Amino acid sequence: MITWRDARAGARAVFPALPANIPFGLVAGVAAVDVGFSGFEGVLLSGLWFAGAAQLAAIDLLEGNAPLAIVLVTALVVNARYVMYSGAIAPYFREFPRPMRWVASFFLLDVTFALAVTEFESERARDDLSFYLGAAVPLWGLWTVATAVGVLVGTRIPPAWGIDFAIPLVFLALLAPSIEGRASIAAAAIGGLGATIGAGIPLNLGLIVAALCGIVGGLLVDEWGDLRG
Amino acid sequence: MTCVADLPLTTVWAVLLGGAIGTFLLRVSFVEALAGREIPRRVERALAFVPPAVLAALVLPKLLLVDGSMAVSLSNHRLLAGIVAAGVAYRTEDMLWTVGVGMGVLWSLTWLGGGI
Repeated sequence: MITWRDARAGARAVFPALPANIPFGLVAGVAAVDVGFSGFEGVLLSGLWFAGAAQLAAIDLLEGNAPLAIVLVTALVVNARYVMYSGAIAPYFREFPRPMRWVASFFLLDVTFALAVTEFESERARDDLSFYLGAAVPLWGLWTVATAVGVLVGTRIPPAWGIDFAIPLVFLALLAPSIEGRASIAAAAIGGLGATIGAGIPLNLGLIVAALCGIVGGLLVDEWGDLRG
Repeated sequence: MTCVADLPLTTVWAVLLGGAIGTFLLRVSFVEALAGREIPRRVERALAFVPPAVLAALVLPKLLLVDGSMAVSLSNHRLLAGIVAAGVAYRTEDMLWTVGVGMGVLWSLTWLGGGI
């Protein structure tokens, strides 16, 4: 059973992470209606995917006329890191009853993962599921509400303001903390330059091919560093 | 520029639901289907490079390309705003500051330059 005391502890833990998601959610909402989703579809996108970077990547490709399969594959590559979180958190989630395991998995992303692992590994006698949902549900709620606000204002922003530029800016804000060390710099440089050079590749495949090259490049630099000790 | 509103409704829903289900399957993968298994070390390493590679691939073309061709010059306002925003992102790791400063620089340059 959910204990409110532990859920409140989760909510307190997630609180500092909430403000960043307001502009992110607003941009996701504005971008969704900008590309032609209805307001309802735009909010549903945030509510069901709960994956901002993938949502914006998908919107970007839809704007470029990419085929459905490319849109979906790209979104899933952007979200591939969740497999890493899934593997790391599985031993803890396995203690939950199955329906709750699924619910908990639905909310799994960078912030909830980081908070959960820190809490689960601590010696505090809290109910893990209560803490986790206490952190995850407010984050999801805020994300969805911020998107809804973005959807409402999005249609009123004149195109001359260039608000579409907020999308790469959001990606920049996410990119900065992901760069740690030489191998990730190589991954970013190859991915970024590759996508720029490959922008004209048919079917909008440039992005996905460049990203995969970047991942391989990062791995190679990583292994090379290992060999050198 | 296309518009999702022009797409058949089935396509719109295929994107919405396909992405939702696919994303959920990624999240639940090791919790459920692959329960008890470890992620191979090499796969885990590769996944760690997904964010820098993918995010840079999403950002750089937006800064370097104007109408599909390379535009590295002072008249490329988005490139200049992006460079300033990258500095802010690196220093603060804060989304509000990054987006705020980046948009501010873009608007200032546009205003100074007298139009887009």
